[in-house]
Amino acid sequence: MGTGTNLGAVRGLGSAKHGSKHWLAQRVTALGNLILMLWLVASLFILPVGDHGTIVKWLAQPIVAVPMILLLVSVCYHVALGMRVLIEDYIHDEGVKFVALAALTFYTIGAAAFGIFAIAKIAFAAGSAAAGMGTPNV
Amino acid sequence: MSGNRQRPISPHLGHYRWSPQMAASILHRVTGNALAVAGLIGLVWWLVAAASGKEAYDSFITLASGWVGKVVLVGLTWTFFQHLLSGLRHFVLDLGAGYELVSNRTWTFAVFAGSILLTAGFWVGLMWKTL
Repeated sequence: MGTGTNLGAVRGLGSAKHGSKHWLAQRVTALGNLILMLWLVASLFILPVGDHGTIVKWLAQPIVAVPMILLLVSVCYHVALGMRVLIEDYIHDEGVKFVALAALTFYTIGAAAFGIFAIAKIAFAAGSAAAGMGTPNV
Repeated sequence: MSGNRQRPISPHLGHYRWSPQMAASILHRVTGNALAVAGLIGLVWWLVAAASGKEAYDSFITLASGWVGKVVLVGLTWTFFQHLLSGLRHFVLDLGAGYELVSNRTWTFAVFAGSILLTAGFWVGLMWKTL
């Protein structure tokens, strides 16, 4: 071992041991997506999707709101992992790649936050209405 | 690049004979990223519309049930089922199985057939339901 830089000390020793985390997380979220998306698609098939009242009542139940929140987390995480690979494979300019990956982070966290907030608003509005705390606007 | 035009070329996309397996592979990436953009935006749009009241929800439904909306939704349905079945195929490949030429080809065709059948079944079923 030389007395050079840290980079010199690790060069040639193999991977940084983080690649398998991405690979495994992509598969675990894929499994989550498989279960939760089949549930959502089957629900959309059965429900009268055009009727706002029915949809809001359905979404407000804990047994629906919680899986829907989990679905957003699993899907957005999977999107963050998958689109990262696309960006890293096709964008070779380091600056553009950095901006694209930052935009991807904002996009996925933003989408999850908007979706989760919408579900929470529907669920809590229905709860406060049931408790007689005024008329919700949903 | 100038110079020796006779230099050896390493095999890449342009040199392989196009196969269904290759189509399934690149389609997994294409469908995944299409879902990541159009599918996720559509899902969040639907949820936010539902949370914004009846008026906002009704205008979302009007848009979604128009012909442009229907084309996008049918496209997304096929994209979803193709990515789902292709993903299941990848789970099997991850286990180290299904690489034999014949079974690899068979399951690739099964993925294409399955995604088309499931998409057709979903929309025909929906039309049947609303009749």
